[in-house]
Amino acid sequence: MLNKKDLLGIKELSVEEINLILDTAAGFKDVIGRDIKKVPALRGKTAVNLFFEPSTRTRTSFELAAKRLSTDVINFSVPTSSVVKGESLIDTALTVQALGADFVIIRHSSSGVPHLLAKKLKASVINAGDGINEHPTQALLDAFTIKEKKGNIEGLKIAIVGDITHSRVAKSNIYSLIKLGANVRLIGPPTLIPKEMVTLGVEIFHNMEEGLKNVDVLIMLRIQMERQGKGFFPSTEEYARNWGLSLERLSLAKDDAIVMHPGPMNRGIEIVSEIADGPRSVILDQVTNGIAVRMAVMYLLAGVKR
Amino acid sequence: MNVLIKNGHIIDPSLRIDGIGDILIEDGKIKEIRIQNIVPPPPHPLPQREGESLKIPYPSRGEGKGGGKDSGLRTIDATGLLVVPGLIDMHVHLREPGFEHKETIKSGTMAAIKSGFTTVCCMPNTFPVNDQASVTEFIIRKASQEGYCTVYPVGAITKGQRGEELAEIGTMRNEGCIAFSDDGRPVMNSLIMRRALEYSKAFDVPIISHCEDLTLSEDGVINEGIISATLGLKGIPDEAEQIMIFRDILLAELTGGKLHIAHVSTEGSVKLIREAKTKGINVTAETCPHYFSLTEEAVKGYDTNAKVNPPLRTKRDIEAIKEGLKDGTIDIIVTDHAPHHMDEKLREFDMAPFGISGFETALSLSLRLVEEGILSMSQLVKNMTLNPAIILNIPKGTLRQDTDADVTIIDVNREFKVESEKFVSKGKNTPFEGWLLKGCPVLTICKGKIYEW
Repeated sequence: MLNKKDLLGIKELSVEEINLILDTAAGFKDVIGRDIKKVPALRGKTAVNLFFEPSTRTRTSFELAAKRLSTDVINFSVPTSSVVKGESLIDTALTVQALGADFVIIRHSSSGVPHLLAKKLKASVINAGDGINEHPTQALLDAFTIKEKKGNIEGLKIAIVGDITHSRVAKSNIYSLIKLGANVRLIGPPTLIPKEMVTLGVEIFHNMEEGLKNVDVLIMLRIQMERQGKGFFPSTEEYARNWGLSLERLSLAKDDAIVMHPGPMNRGIEIVSEIADGPRSVILDQVTNGIAVRMAVMYLLAGVKR
Repeated sequence: MNVLIKNGHIIDPSLRIDGIGDILIEDGKIKEIRIQNIVPPPPHPLPQREGESLKIPYPSRGEGKGGGKDSGLRTIDATGLLVVPGLIDMHVHLREPGFEHKETIKSGTMAAIKSGFTTVCCMPNTFPVNDQASVTEFIIRKASQEGYCTVYPVGAITKGQRGEELAEIGTMRNEGCIAFSDDGRPVMNSLIMRRALEYSKAFDVPIISHCEDLTLSEDGVINEGIISATLGLKGIPDEAEQIMIFRDILLAELTGGKLHIAHVSTEGSVKLIREAKTKGINVTAETCPHYFSLTEEAVKGYDTNAKVNPPLRTKRDIEAIKEGLKDGTIDIIVTDHAPHHMDEKLREFDMAPFGISGFETALSLSLRLVEEGILSMSQLVKNMTLNPAIILNIPKGTLRQDTDADVTIIDVNREFKVESEKFVSKGKNTPFEGWLLKGCPVLTICKGKIYEW
């Protein structure tokens, strides 16, 4: 069982805990592949999706994960809540807890919000993405997918390409893949990679061709359009020319390299459609695995409280 | 009532006193100091600097009235205690008018007194901003009615602290402002800053500069580095501070104005200021206890109480700041007391306001510098009394005869645990919660009035 109430980030997990989640997720993957996709494991529990930022895939994935475990789910979406009336974050969270939530699944544009709520709430807080800090379940599902495709993570050369600075997916992946023994390299423009990251044991490349040589796994990140015009790069076209994944560039990686993307994709910018829809892409496997991993997280966190 | 403080270890750098003696206070003024014997110099070898090693008895003895009428004489036994001029904190936020839920002149000055400060200078970022004489007048009147210590307001450099047009510096000076600053909202326009440094010369007042290049710090919330990268918080590089310090030093050189650099936090800043002083440029500088006591590590776990501007930096910066204090590059220690309401701090890290409620830990944290051998006791006292008095040109921070009887009595051995709920300040926002500290004021006298706890 996980020895904690909350899942705040990969930073806070040990290797053993990560492996426990991945192993548990494997069992749940069997469940969701069945004709009847539901188990009564967490019947009577309540999960609240508290999303302060728009999200479809992560929220839906958590919702399905909860339902597959027979947990009741409420979506507390911000535009219809009292947050717009000026209610404080803490008050909103306490209200959600008073409604009987066992799990508070939180997404927020400010880093550290799940940590704040975890201190204030008795419910299990699950970080579904906080600011530019972490998105732990995404990293777990990525690790699960890599393990599924490659058998093992240790020793793999894994490239994370794009806006590292503003990507919580990248951060969580860096922490988890390093913990699991991969050789992690970050590729992107210098304006979008914090140079201090090398102290974590990653390599940094600003030249795409150089960085992609012989990699086993490519994790492409979404380029956020709002970064353009803020001086991080001159235009999305120039970004695509230098750091977009084309077939030629992909050919520099190992022949059996897989391509991942957390979605939603900007086709033609960070990745071309031929790759996204091609045989090397495991992007849709990631989506399916997300449900299994999130089931595992909720299941293991619920175990702590019992 | 008259007061006789007996047998204390008196340190007053303004009078070059460092010895055991008595102080007599009459009618709210210092009447007489008698030094009984000489305290040996500190064992650690420190550079001999002005006001440090000379220990001469105060010459004004034998005026004949010393032990005359005893009516209403209170004697305080200060044996084993340190007796120093009332401390000056030239950088505080009292929040009134406008933000009375954070602090008031009454609660803030009470916290100051408890913390050994008898004189404070309050920054102008109130609502309305202290950018005109009527606001200055309000603060001074309120402080004289409800305040526990002496309050000197700092006026805004520009109207509304907008950095566009000079505020009425001369009029505010006449009303009682002793320095000018757009604290928290640096004057980004170099021409306006130049004008401020030039114009203020007419009134011989310092311009206190909160040095931050806002275009570079953008919406950063903590120090830029591995901690900001791994916490997912936007960083503020050292250079945001240093670029503006360098600009202001150049402008001080150009204009001959009196520049005082607020809350120095980086190694690079110390170097720039040291170099400027060597060149003879008219610049002074301050730092705060948190910049020599805490590193950026303190924000881990998203503790908004450690969110402060400039941000907490690294070990290297701490060492440089201590070095700067030691060699006199940094002239004074201030608190930058910035109280906030609990609700304001208990929220998203990005949105929580900057600031530390600093009064009630300041002296104890500063005394650690003496314990560590960074400063001698008299150097520390000088940093918190004589130096700010010189910078601000005020008759404070001294035990000189016939000045206001502002005296702080310190028990350097008293240990206590920091408990914010016991703070007198309304602001409970401290990153030092639970710290065990040694040394604190036990009695403060302000204009002859005694406060003890």
